Amino acid sequence: MTIWLIILFGGITTYLTRLSMILLFSRWKIPAWLQRALRLVPAAVFSAIIAQEVFAPSGKLNLSLNNARILAAIFASGVAWKTRNVLLTILIGMVTLWVFNWLM
Amino acid sequence: MTQAIPNSRPFIEEFWRGFRAELPLLLGVMPFGMIYGVLALTAGISPAQAQAMSALVFAGSSQFIATQLIAVNAPIYLTVFTILVVNLRHILYSASIAPYLQHLPPIWKVFLPYLLTDEAYAVTIAEFQKHSEVSPTAAHGFFLGAGLTLWGSWQASTAIGVFLGTVVPQNWSLDFTLALTFIAIVVPTLKDRAIVTAAVVASLVAVLAVGLPYKLSLIVAAFCALLAGYFIGER
Repeated sequence: MTIWLIILFGGITTYLTRLSMILLFSRWKIPAWLQRALRLVPAAVFSAIIAQEVFAPSGKLNLSLNNARILAAIFASGVAWKTRNVLLTILIGMVTLWVFNWLM
Repeated sequence: MTQAIPNSRPFIEEFWRGFRAELPLLLGVMPFGMIYGVLALTAGISPAQAQAMSALVFAGSSQFIATQLIAVNAPIYLTVFTILVVNLRHILYSASIAPYLQHLPPIWKVFLPYLLTDEAYAVTIAEFQKHSEVSPTAAHGFFLGAGLTLWGSWQASTAIGVFLGTVVPQNWSLDFTLALTFIAIVVPTLKDRAIVTAAVVASLVAVLAVGLPYKLSLIVAAFCALLAGYFIGER
């Protein structure tokens, strides 16, 4: 039941963000400061998730060398920066993770 | 100046042009949808719910984050609020595409935003901006074609992922594909000071606050990052 409510309200709020300015267009303009803040949302949210998944995979900080996710993330970041290819980034990251986990 | 191209193409032709423009992007979207389907099941979401979320929320990144919060039994309001924060960027898309839809009847203005995803927005705004003046005729056919193409592939890839989720062994660490997907999205955007600041602050706070219940650390980290990025980028 909880999950269904999340889906329903998550769906409604997401739709409203998409509808917002198409409906309000002639009445309200986004102020410049808000526009600048909104631009940062993806980097802010996604970086937080990346950091937790990489440095604290099971909810506990793990900065030791046997955390293969750190190395995998570094390799993947290099690939992402060079190629901007989503598929290749995921592939290299997973292969790095598997190889280092297997070696350790 | 670019020459004004009178847009006299019929609606159905615009639709197919939108469809074709969207196709290359599916290469990134389909694996994303499949990974979502797999992760949803590992978070304890049922196949029907996973599919319903793809249909109703229809926003990949926020669906991923929702699965994380559902996995730790976070309260409903917190999960919905987190989905909202992740999807705030759509307000920008909505604002930038709005001028091109103003001439349409209300039914279009209410339906088309449902299809306003990152990927449909990307190809549609590129198409709209190619024409130096706003076409009053059938340009929304392009948006509809691109949007429905993405919609179909998102639903299909979710279904495939949900199916695979019951087959793929747990020890493949497939949950790490979430971090990798976001790395692929964020790393190429780290080009100006405000964004880099936001990314660094978000990472630090998220790691330091990881012990907070219900993944509250994500929201706390995101807001610290927005503030830091905003004020440091200002100077």
